[in-house]
Amino acid sequence: MATIKLKVNRQAHTLECASTTLLVEALREHLRLTGTHVGCDTSQCGACTVHVDGKSVKSCTMLAVEADGAEITTIEGLAQGGELHPMQAAFREHHGLQCGFCTPGMIMSATDLCKRTPDPSEHEVRHWLEGNLCRCTGYHNIVKAVRAGAAGMRGGK
Amino acid sequence: MTNEGFGAAVRRKEDRRFLLGKGNYVDDMVLPNQTYAVFVRSMYAHAKIAKIDSSAAREAPGVVAVFTGEDIAADGLGGLPCGWLIKNKDGSNMVEPAHPALAQGKVRHVGDPVAMVVATSKVAARAAAALVDITYDVLPAIGLLADATRPGAPVVHDEAPNNLCYDWHIGDEAQADAAFAKAAHVVELDLTNNRLAPNAIEPRSAIGDYSAANDHYTLYTTSQNPHVIRLLMGAFTLHVPEHKLRVVAPDVGGGFGSKIFHYAEELLVTWGSRKVGRPVKWTSDRSEAFMSDAHGRDHISHAKLALDASGKFLALKVSTQANLGAYLSTFGSSVPTYLYATLLSGPYDLAAIYAEVKAAFTNTVPVDAYRGAGRPEAAYLLERLVDKAARQIGMDRIEIRRKNFIRTDQFPYQTAVALQYDIGDYHATLDLALASNDRAGYDKRKAASAAKGKLRGFGISTYIEACGIAPSAIAGALGARAGLYEAANVRVNPTGSVTVFTGTHSHGQGHETTFAQIVAEKLGMSVDNVDVVHGDTDRILFGMGTYGSRSAAVGGSALMKALDKVIDKGKKIAAHLLEASVGDIEFKDGTYRVAGTDRVKAFGEVAFTAYVPHNYPIETLEPGLEESAYYDPKNFTFPGGCHLVEVEVDPDTGVVEVVDVSIADDVGTIINPMIVDGQAHGGLAQGIGQALYEEVRYDGEGQLTNGSYMDYCMPRAADLPSFKVGNHVTACTHNPIGVKGVGECGAIGVPPAVINAVIDALIPLGVTDMSMPATPEKVWRAIQAAKTAKKGA
Repeated sequence: MATIKLKVNRQAHTLECASTTLLVEALREHLRLTGTHVGCDTSQCGACTVHVDGKSVKSCTMLAVEADGAEITTIEGLAQGGELHPMQAAFREHHGLQCGFCTPGMIMSATDLCKRTPDPSEHEVRHWLEGNLCRCTGYHNIVKAVRAGAAGMRGGK
Repeated sequence: MTNEGFGAAVRRKEDRRFLLGKGNYVDDMVLPNQTYAVFVRSMYAHAKIAKIDSSAAREAPGVVAVFTGEDIAADGLGGLPCGWLIKNKDGSNMVEPAHPALAQGKVRHVGDPVAMVVATSKVAARAAAALVDITYDVLPAIGLLADATRPGAPVVHDEAPNNLCYDWHIGDEAQADAAFAKAAHVVELDLTNNRLAPNAIEPRSAIGDYSAANDHYTLYTTSQNPHVIRLLMGAFTLHVPEHKLRVVAPDVGGGFGSKIFHYAEELLVTWGSRKVGRPVKWTSDRSEAFMSDAHGRDHISHAKLALDASGKFLALKVSTQANLGAYLSTFGSSVPTYLYATLLSGPYDLAAIYAEVKAAFTNTVPVDAYRGAGRPEAAYLLERLVDKAARQIGMDRIEIRRKNFIRTDQFPYQTAVALQYDIGDYHATLDLALASNDRAGYDKRKAASAAKGKLRGFGISTYIEACGIAPSAIAGALGARAGLYEAANVRVNPTGSVTVFTGTHSHGQGHETTFAQIVAEKLGMSVDNVDVVHGDTDRILFGMGTYGSRSAAVGGSALMKALDKVIDKGKKIAAHLLEASVGDIEFKDGTYRVAGTDRVKAFGEVAFTAYVPHNYPIETLEPGLEESAYYDPKNFTFPGGCHLVEVEVDPDTGVVEVVDVSIADDVGTIINPMIVDGQAHGGLAQGIGQALYEEVRYDGEGQLTNGSYMDYCMPRAADLPSFKVGNHVTACTHNPIGVKGVGECGAIGVPPAVINAVIDALIPLGVTDMSMPATPEKVWRAIQAAKTAKKGA
């Protein structure tokens, strides 16, 4: 067992977990932050994407002990003060989600893209999201939502 | 109030919880004292189980119990039933071998469950599962459909010595043969419909929770139809009265058919919870999903079309082999028969059709409904064949379709394969799609592609589907073992807000919004005042669930009926309050009015009066305002349309890029256009996935060779273009909304359009055929083969 310290969604936690515990397991099972999902076992689907020190990471691909000392944001930490984050609002406005299962990973991935590329083209969005699988939307409305969300983030809304 | 009824692109009510990470999927749930199940599955496609030694596993740390086939047999658990009886050509019944939840002496596919290990943690259960020592005597296996009925093939079930489950047919063979005899042209085609894995991104999961104190079971499961699961568990597998079993399907992360069926794992965790006295939870891994979720498609067909000299279709004959996998899944038998061959008329006036289907067992995962379920197989066959016919007789691909469409004055149209289409306008959807595609600008686009070294191709598909499953009497006559109506309950709360309970289930379709819009349309209130409850057998009176694009057409119609009852009761209350006769009361825009006067009562006032009946016709009317309705459809609905695709093929690499998708569907009355478009997009992605990327592969020995996302090619964002989606509405004539259903159209219409486009691109090189998925390797090889053949010529 290892003791690790994490700051998750601006709140400090100390966890006792096995050295084999994945970050996604620490989030879902230890902290009960179940918005981060697991859709595969080969780091392909991206449903588990969170931010580790500001960068999007597939939390099924990282051990919890590797995240010791890190600052983590999950989907639960994106909205502040009861207001949807501009990317979340854009997904709603543009019907970028259907079953909702890939959505947290999509949004965490997309917000990282927009921090790096504030006004991504359709091409850039589609290629950035190659690590996130969606089976419902055909990506059409996700792409629209990400570009609109980028505009919202630029506007500081 | 803004209009939030039919036609309004209301933003979804359910989105907020998903966007905030507050959805409630089965794997998110933790019950007190919960244990974890892991299944030990066969690594062999076909083997006798000589011995199971679970002693080491039982003694491993954290293990609560290990169960095998012997345990479930001792407790009398029933096998997983099949819901549709198919008759052979000779009138005898299909072969229905047992489908035990844990293997009984024999395993029949890779992934067949042999034991369930229950432990205090998932890690402990997994570690102990590796200690279950199973001795197998490996048997020869059938991995490929093409091998199933060959003489001397290994036998999957002793009851079916030739591996045939059934040998079924439909249509009039003599009539078809007579038409072929006088045909000016006969066009023949062999095709394969590739096997697919549904791949909802949420893996299946189930938690069984038995209360000894109440002798009551609760099952939380990733299901599209919790009442059906309760019915099957009550009557066939768990053998408990239904009031002792509650089935909850909370938020479910996509289904696409794969979560319709009654699976072994949900039964075993429910039963196991009673055995161990604690809740038992199981969540599938993705690799496990590939070998335990029912797959889709997997047909091999030979088709021939007879035409007269002018290009008019005279007759169609089809011979199909369908793979059912190792066992009959819940609706597996109905897919290659009544959901497939009955659609072989397509949108065409086709006087004679004869189809025969031989459905075989193989040592593969069971095959059942996957988005479209039979209808994509029919559309693919017909649309590939029609394209080939156009080429063979030198007719334009669009014109041959126009010439053969059922005309609007021919509805209702009785097909040669049992269905009667109520309405449609196939010329209109074709025209709309052509306009959207900018057909006139094609040559310019083709030249631009050529300038980049790419071969551009144009593909068309005009398709039809049968949705709104189903008129129970018709389905019953065809072998269905259940009714296929839907139920709705409308509870008007005392202050006028509304809670709807529906037997359909939303796992991405947005029912919490569209069903609220139905209430908004009927009662003239905002969707904010409506909550839609689904997915819990304890809260909802009954339901058959969501599949086959039935929810709006059948469940929505049940809701309309219940709302009519609410309105009618409200009229009686309003008549009393307004001191008028009931016959003079009108209801419009949320207001009861004495016709032709300004004497009105708002809906909310009437609702309040129903619950606070101080001034009320209490002698003749009960208090309260709550109504239920069941709706059994009179006919199927028949969405259809035209899908146009342009591709660019790189002749050096064989890579196919879909560069334009322009579709026009007729899905009937549109409740929420935003959601309708979204459904089309999702179906298109899965259809393009089938056409270009996806295929479950087994080797000849039944080993699954691409059972993960590293190997099975799921369409990704960069693999797809944006879609141009249009609609031309002809309202369904027999349901109160006029809706036909939209869930499957994309997956049905687009695969043949993609392949027709690929062939169109490659024809100048001499390539005339292409199978799905049109992978770069396959396309490149076809190009090389055509080059070689040209050199040789």
